Amino acid sequence: MHRLLLTTLLLAIAAPAHAMHISEGILPLPWALLWFAVAAPFVVLGVKRLNAMAKEDLSFKPLVGLMAAVVFIISCMPIPVPTAGTCSHPCGTGIAAILVGPLVSVVISSVALLIQALVMAHGGLSTLGADIVSMGVVGSFVGYGVFRGLRAAGISLGGAAFAAGVMTDWATYLATSAELASGIRGDAQFLPLFTRIMLAFMPTQLPLGLLEGAMTAGMVTLLARKRPDLLVKMKLLSPSEVSGHA
Amino acid sequence: MLKKKRRLKILLLHAILLPTLLFVYSFFTLAPRPWTGVDEAVVEKIAKEHGREARTPLIDTDRGDLLLFVFLGAGVVGGFIAGYCWRKLNEDKTGEGRDKDV
Repeated sequence: MHRLLLTTLLLAIAAPAHAMHISEGILPLPWALLWFAVAAPFVVLGVKRLNAMAKEDLSFKPLVGLMAAVVFIISCMPIPVPTAGTCSHPCGTGIAAILVGPLVSVVISSVALLIQALVMAHGGLSTLGADIVSMGVVGSFVGYGVFRGLRAAGISLGGAAFAAGVMTDWATYLATSAELASGIRGDAQFLPLFTRIMLAFMPTQLPLGLLEGAMTAGMVTLLARKRPDLLVKMKLLSPSEVSGHA
Repeated sequence: MLKKKRRLKILLLHAILLPTLLFVYSFFTLAPRPWTGVDEAVVEKIAKEHGREARTPLIDTDRGDLLLFVFLGAGVVGGFIAGYCWRKLNEDKTGEGRDKDV
């Protein structure tokens, strides 16, 4: 009942999609092709990893499907930021990378971005490669790296997930700034333009990054409470930690 | 006692969640000016200054009934995948079915 109410409310928000996804025609063709070339090996490796993990354990596929739905919804959900007067969205790739690994998270974000570009004109088809690199590759690997690094340093599950969520969001927008600056600069210098775009993103993305961190931490701690076996299976928790909690 | 606490928690959650959703809804539908997305406010604005403008999408689903056809196509593809997986799911686990096919 609650899920139905939430879904109805979300669908009732009939507003145009607002996103960091780069729109059609913004990047020159050679740059657009370059980003496709950068994204391609990650997508191929991600599909191989997905197949290998699904062969090992069939229940991995439903989890990937669930994470794909989460990333799709989160990355097209515009959230107003009153301090900036603009709106944008979190990425969701941090939680996906933590739960199913960064390579599979790249595949998930590629599918989500493709559907958004095809059906919602949310990001362009020619700029899909650039969007996959910023949100899928950079977001997933930074989030995963931060989470694993902090866990290895002894930080709690919630703390590490929070930092991973924050860094996923900020890194995605840093990558978008770099892609834009390199693609549109013409004769202008890269660094000043990159800094300008990054600073323009900041008023919206700094608070949204914190929101994404809180969301990621909330999801991971909820899973740790309700389905610790899942986190053990994904090697996020050791069995001794689970028995310690219990 | 525990049930009471749980109920109170659920009530509190609803008291926070529902007004928040209504607040978000009102911002997107009733606000006098739309909240500009960062794609417009940052990406497209700066790109325009450097001579790059956003084009209409390559597949413009706003034209005619294209969106319906996209959904139809997605439904057909999804249906085939679902059917294929269903067949695999119901395949005879012992392999007898496979032997018969051969």
